[in-house]
Amino acid sequence: MEARFLLGFLLLLSLSSFAFAIYEDQVGLADWHKRYIGKVKHAVFHTQKTGRRRVVVSTEENAIASLDLRTGDILWRHVLGKNDAVDQIGLSLGKYVLTLSSQGSVLRAWNLPDGQMVWETDLQISNPSNSFLHVLGNVKSGRDSLSLVCNGGSIRAVSSIDGLVVWKKDLSVDGLKLKHVFQPPESDTIYAIGFIDSSLIALYHINAKTGELLKHATQASSVDLSSEISAISSDSLVALDTSRSNLLLIKFMAGTITNHKLPLSDIVQDFSGLAELIPTKSNDIFVVKTPSNVAFIKVKGDNEIELIGKADEAGIVSDSLILSEEEQAFAVVHHSNNAISFQVRINGREALTEGIKIEDHRGHVKRVFLNNYVRTDKSHGFRALIVMEDESLLLMQQGEVVWSREDGLASISDAVVAELPVEKEGGVSVVEVEHTLLEWLKGHMLKLKGTLMLSTPDDMAAIQAMHLKSTERNKMTRDHNGFRKLIIVLTQSGKVYALHTGDGRIVWAHLLTPLLQSESCPSPSVLTLRNWRVPHRKALQENPSILLVGRCGAGPESHGFLFIVDSYSGKVLETQILDHSIAEVVPLPLADSSEQKLHLVIDDKLNAHLYPRGSDALEVFVREMANMYYYKVENAKEVIKGYAFKKGCSTGSSAYCFGTRELWSVVFPSDSERIVATARRKINEVVHTQAKIMTNQDVMYKYISKNILFVATVSPKAAGGIGSAAPDEAWLVAYLIDTVTGRILHRVTHQGAQGPVHAVVSENWVVYHYFNLRAHRYEMTVIEIYDQSRADNKDVMKLVLGKHNLTAPITSYSRPEIATKSQSYFFTHSVKAIAVTTTARGITSKQILIGTIGDQVLALDKWYLDPRQTANPSQEEKEEGIIPLTDTLPIIPQSYVTHTRQVGDLRGIMSFPANLESTTHVFSYGIDLFYTRIAPSRTYDSLTDEFSYVLLLITVVVLIVAILVTWAMSQKKDLQEKWR
Amino acid sequence: MERSSALIGSIFLLISISCLINPISAAASGSGEGYSIAGRVKLDNFVTKGFGLGHSPKLSETKVILNGGQRTTFVRPDGYFSFHDVPAGTHLIEVSSIGYLFSPVRVDISARNPGKIQAALTENRRALNELVLEPMKDEQYYEIREPFSMLSLVKSPMGLMIGFMVLVMFVFPKMMDGVDPEEMRQAQEQMREHGIPSISNLVAGRS
Repeated sequence: MEARFLLGFLLLLSLSSFAFAIYEDQVGLADWHKRYIGKVKHAVFHTQKTGRRRVVVSTEENAIASLDLRTGDILWRHVLGKNDAVDQIGLSLGKYVLTLSSQGSVLRAWNLPDGQMVWETDLQISNPSNSFLHVLGNVKSGRDSLSLVCNGGSIRAVSSIDGLVVWKKDLSVDGLKLKHVFQPPESDTIYAIGFIDSSLIALYHINAKTGELLKHATQASSVDLSSEISAISSDSLVALDTSRSNLLLIKFMAGTITNHKLPLSDIVQDFSGLAELIPTKSNDIFVVKTPSNVAFIKVKGDNEIELIGKADEAGIVSDSLILSEEEQAFAVVHHSNNAISFQVRINGREALTEGIKIEDHRGHVKRVFLNNYVRTDKSHGFRALIVMEDESLLLMQQGEVVWSREDGLASISDAVVAELPVEKEGGVSVVEVEHTLLEWLKGHMLKLKGTLMLSTPDDMAAIQAMHLKSTERNKMTRDHNGFRKLIIVLTQSGKVYALHTGDGRIVWAHLLTPLLQSESCPSPSVLTLRNWRVPHRKALQENPSILLVGRCGAGPESHGFLFIVDSYSGKVLETQILDHSIAEVVPLPLADSSEQKLHLVIDDKLNAHLYPRGSDALEVFVREMANMYYYKVENAKEVIKGYAFKKGCSTGSSAYCFGTRELWSVVFPSDSERIVATARRKINEVVHTQAKIMTNQDVMYKYISKNILFVATVSPKAAGGIGSAAPDEAWLVAYLIDTVTGRILHRVTHQGAQGPVHAVVSENWVVYHYFNLRAHRYEMTVIEIYDQSRADNKDVMKLVLGKHNLTAPITSYSRPEIATKSQSYFFTHSVKAIAVTTTARGITSKQILIGTIGDQVLALDKWYLDPRQTANPSQEEKEEGIIPLTDTLPIIPQSYVTHTRQVGDLRGIMSFPANLESTTHVFSYGIDLFYTRIAPSRTYDSLTDEFSYVLLLITVVVLIVAILVTWAMSQKKDLQEKWR
Repeated sequence: MERSSALIGSIFLLISISCLINPISAAASGSGEGYSIAGRVKLDNFVTKGFGLGHSPKLSETKVILNGGQRTTFVRPDGYFSFHDVPAGTHLIEVSSIGYLFSPVRVDISARNPGKIQAALTENRRALNELVLEPMKDEQYYEIREPFSMLSLVKSPMGLMIGFMVLVMFVFPKMMDGVDPEEMRQAQEQMREHGIPSISNLVAGRS
C-alpha cells in the first residue's frame, strides 16, 4: 500500500512538473535546428550600391527567401501554402520583392530588408494558367510604379505601393496568350504581344495609365508558333516554331507586324534535334540552345542575322544579364567529372572561363543565375549561383566556390537510424586526462556560479559556448548512452546523407543515381531506404549497412534496382539492377547468418522476391514461410487484401521468387466509405509489460499484436477538405483489422466527422486525430484494446497450480476475445504529422509527438488520453495518477519539444530509442530539420547535465570538516569532563 | 481603383442591410461564387516576455491558415489579412504565430444570404462581431529559472544533509543536557557491557 502511495505521489509530482521542459540556456545542448530553402527555381539579385548584398530566391518547395550573398545565410524566409507555387519573382521600387503565385492569381509584395509582407492582391483570374509578371520601370503615376500581370488575354496593372489593381484590361480574344509586354522609355504606351492559337500574332497598344486599348493589329504567322519567345529589342522578338527547328523574327514597327521565317540550319551549321530559346532582354542578341551546342545570334538590320559566337558542347545557360546599353552577358556552364567549367560570354564573345573543382556527390548542374559586380578598376567581375542535381546551391566567384548550401535536405522523403563505429581501444595520455580534468572542474565551477546566480554575462556566454563546443557529443564513435547516432536520410533528388545527431553535420553524402544511369536504367529514382545489416551478435566485425531501393523508370512496372551502402562511410558495397519491378519492400523480422536482414520485394504482379540472395537466407525464410503474411491496401479500389506466400512464382523459376496466395479481403462499400488513413505499429517497438493493474486491484491484459492495422474511412462527400461537407453527410469509420486473418477486431463510427485523419498505433492503443464538423473542432480519440481471453488469470491459486494460460502463445489464428475502451477529446490545432516516442525497453511512459499547423512539435503525455478517466476520479484513481476527465487536451507551451523553433513545412516526425531507457531521440523534418532528445518521464536513470558535482563536492567537504570539528569538540569536552 | 470602388460598393450594401446581420467582412468577388474573408490579427496588447536572445515575435512570421492548410496567407504590417474566392460553407481559420496561442475561428459563409458571414472562436464558443483575432494567451516555451534563494539550497539533498548534521551537532547535545546524569551513566555502563558496535567490528564480522 505504501509503495503504491509512493508511486502515486511520484506520478503526481511528475504531473505537476512538466515531463519535458528546458531552460532557455539549455537551448542547443541536445538539440539542433537547420534551416533550408529547397531547390531554387528563380533568383533575383539585389546589389544596391550600398547596404548588404543579397539575393532573393524562390524554390520548388514554395519557399521564398533572401540570402546573404557573402555567406549564404538565410536573412528571411517564408514558406507559402502547398498549392501556392511561385510562378515568378521580381523586384519593385528597389525595396519590395514581388511574387506571383498560384498560377498567376496571387501577387504579393514583401519588404526586402526584413521580409514583412507589405500587401497581397488576389487578381481574381478566372482560368489560372501560365502568367507572367512585368515590372514597369518608369511609369510614374505620382511616385508609384506599376507591375503588369499578364494571364492569357488579360492584363492587370497593380500599384507597387499598396497592391491595388489600378486598371485591368481583358482583351477578350479566344485563344489569345500574351507573350511579352514592354514599354519604350519615356512613353505612356505599353506594347503587348501575344499569339492567338499558335497561328496569329497580335499586337496591342495600351495606355499605361488607364489601361485603355489604343490600337491593335494581327498578322498571320508563316509557321506554327511554340510558346518560347525571346525579346531582342524594343520592336522585335524571336519565336520558335513547334517543330523547334525554325525561328521566326517578328517586327512590330508603328502598329504593323512583319514576320520572317529563318530555318535554324541556315544559321547553325551542324544543327540537328530540338532547339531551345534562352530568354534575353535586348541588344539584338538572342541565344539558341541545341542538343550539341549553344549559339549566340545577333540580328542586323532587316531580317538579317549573324552567328556571333558559339559554345561547343551544350551546357546550362543562364538568363541574360545586362551590363550596359550594348552589352549583355550569359553564363554557360559545362559539367565534366567533378569539375565544372564556368564561362561568361559578353555579346557572344568569351569573356571569362574558369574551371572549378566540385565534389562529385553533387551531380550535374541544373540551373545557373549570373550576377555581376564592379571591381575597383571599373571592370566587371562575375559571380553565379549554381543549382546542382542534388538541389544544393553554390555561389561561385573568381574560380572558387564561396559557399554552398545543402538544400537537398529540404525534401527528405525517408530516414533510418544507424549506429556509429565502436570506439577503438587506445591509450589516453596522462596529460590529456589532466587537461580534461582541469577543464571539467573549471566548467563545473562556472556552472555552479550559474546556479548560484553569481555569474556575470561573460560567464554565461562561456557556459553556453562550452556546452556547444563540447567535443564529447560530436565524436564519431558510439557512446554508452546511445546519444550519438547517425540519421541516414534520403531526399527527393535521390541523394543520401548521413547526419550526426550531435550537431546535425553531414558525415557523408552521396548522390547514387548517376552511378546507375545507363541504357538499361534510363531515369533511376530512389524510393526508400531500410536498415540492411545491424550487427550486434555474430557479425560485429562487419560494418552496418543500409539498403536503398528504387526503380529505373517512372511507371510502376519499370525495373527496380538496389544499393547496399556502408553506413559508416557511405561507400557503395553492392549495386544490382533487378529483373523485376518494385511495388513494396517488406522488411522481415529475420536475419541470415551474417546478420543481413531479410527483405521481401513485392513486384507489381504480386510476386515476392527474397533478398539477400544466399542459401542460408533462403533456408531461414522457407522455414518461417508458413508464418509470413503480407497485406496490401488498395486505396483506389477501397480494398485491403491479405496474402500468404507459396513456393514458385508466376514470372520465373528463381528459387528466391515466391508466389502469393490471397487469403482474405476486406471490401469497403465504395459508395459510403473511402480509405483515408492507415497506421500500424512499428515492427521494432518493444513492449515491457503485458498487464495493466487497475485501480481496483484488477488485472487487465493488453492485447499486443504486431498484426493490428488501423484503417480510417470517411464518407465520399467528406473526402474533400474542411468546408466542403455538411455534418449530416460526413462520417468517419475507424477499423482495427488483424492483418493475418483479415478479421475486423473493432469498428467505430464517428458521425459528423471527417478527415484529414492522422493516426498512430503503439502497444495496445491507437490515437487518431480528425475533424468534428458538429463542434467544428479537431478531435483526438484513443482506443485501448484488452485481451479478454486471459482476463481470468487473476486468481493466484490458478497461477500457483499452473492452471493459467499465460504461457500459451498469442496467436492470430484463434479468435481473440477483446475488449476496447475509448475516449475522445478536443484538440486545438490542425495536425501535420503524428508519432509516438519509443524507448529501448518500453518501460518509460509514452508521449505522443504531434506536429501542429504552426510547424511545432508538441509532446503530449499519453496519460492525458486515458479511457479510464472520469469526471470525478475516486481517491484510489487519484493516487494512481488518473487525472479528471476534461473535454479538451491541454497544450502546455513548455512541452513543445521544438521550443521557439519552427520546422518549416513539417512533414514527418521520427522517434528512435537511445540506450538509456529514459531517453528517446526525436527527429522532425520538413523544409527545416530539428533534432532533440527528450525524456518523457524525466531522466530517472542518469544524472542530468544540470547536476552540480561541485555542490556535491562542497557538501562532502563540509561534512568531513564538520565531522572533524565535532570530533575535536567532543574530545575537548571529554577531557574537561575528566578534569572536573 | 476598380477594386476599391467595388469594396466601397459592397460596404455600402452591407451597411444597408446591417440591421439584420453582423457583417464581418464579406465581399462577393468577381468570379461570382466565392466570397472574401477579411480580418485582422492583433498582437499589440500582448507584451512578450521569456523569449530567447535575439528572438522577438514578429508579425512578419505570422501566418493565417484556412481549413487546416488549404490556403495560407500572411498578415500585413497593420495586421490585416484576407482570403478571396472562398465558397459558401463553414470554414476554419487558424493563426500560427510563434509565442502566442490563438483559438481557431469558425467562419460561416451563408449560401442563402450572400455575404453574410458569422465567426466564432471554437475554443470558448465566443461569437465575434468583427474578425479581429487576438491571442488567447502568450506561450512561454522555456522553464523559468528560479532565482537563487537560500531556501532552495536548503531544500536540495545536500542542503538537507548539512541541515540534519547541524541539527545533530547542536540540538542533540542540548537534549543530552536534559537527561539526568545518573541515568546517563547507567546507560553508558549498559552500553559498555554490551559493547559498542563499532564499524571495524562490523566489517570484521562481515568478512
